[in-house]
Amino acid sequence: MTHRLKPSQYAVLVAIMLTASVGDSLLSRGMEQVGQVDLHHLGLLWHALFNPFVDAGIVLLIGFFACYTAALSWADLTFVMPATAFGYVVIALLGRFWLHEQLSLSRWAGIALIVCAVGFVAGGPARTEHPELDQMDAGAAR
Amino acid sequence: MLSTQTLHVWSSITFVSALAVAGEVLIAAGMRQLGDLDDIRAHSGLFGAIRAVLTNGKFVIGALCMAVNFFAMLFALSIADLSLAAPAIASFTYIGNAFAAKIFLREKVDHRRWLATGFVAVGVALLAR
Repeated sequence: MTHRLKPSQYAVLVAIMLTASVGDSLLSRGMEQVGQVDLHHLGLLWHALFNPFVDAGIVLLIGFFACYTAALSWADLTFVMPATAFGYVVIALLGRFWLHEQLSLSRWAGIALIVCAVGFVAGGPARTEHPELDQMDAGAAR
Repeated sequence: MLSTQTLHVWSSITFVSALAVAGEVLIAAGMRQLGDLDDIRAHSGLFGAIRAVLTNGKFVIGALCMAVNFFAMLFALSIADLSLAAPAIASFTYIGNAFAAKIFLREKVDHRRWLATGFVAVGVALLAR
């Protein structure tokens, strides 16, 4: 059995790519505004929760977590991982074609490597079959 | 000799990566135990699916690891440059996940998946340069 994906499952993988990268960017922007947190000022982490960029980042990362969890229910961890990495490519391409930023040669190389990685994994089965383990798991889950 | 600051930075990066690997592997193990969420939702409805996920022990412990990972990540980002911490954590996590998935989840990590893991780890590092 090859476990080919349904269109709705591809949509979940695309959502993983977009929500993780944009969520991380928003968190980073928010933490720049909050300032440096060290062991003597851990209270700043609480303050961070009231920053709108941090809040928006948290909402998107909750969405990411829901999609990621759903994906792991029908695909292997090593199958889903490259989808999360593709988010970095999305951010870099947005910067290049929307914000007209210059991408260095090393960044183009990074994009090419991640695209290849997604291609390698997407061509294979989504899930490893473990009939005996799945039966034990089903028993344990009851 | 490593400076104290460098040691702090790399310790926090390693700690955040290890937490991420533990969390992701536990969540993956929990979700594999439950089976396809679409089937559960079709059978028990959306709330039934949510309840099934939230009452799975492996998922809950994994989610706790990810919650600690979230705050540890904020801490790491505050003492390390984003351009170093983000790709380093991501690369370590991808490689750690591949090993952990093979050992603990018994996933069939064939040469394509190893290659993909390596490409992703190097690709993420190159993107951040």
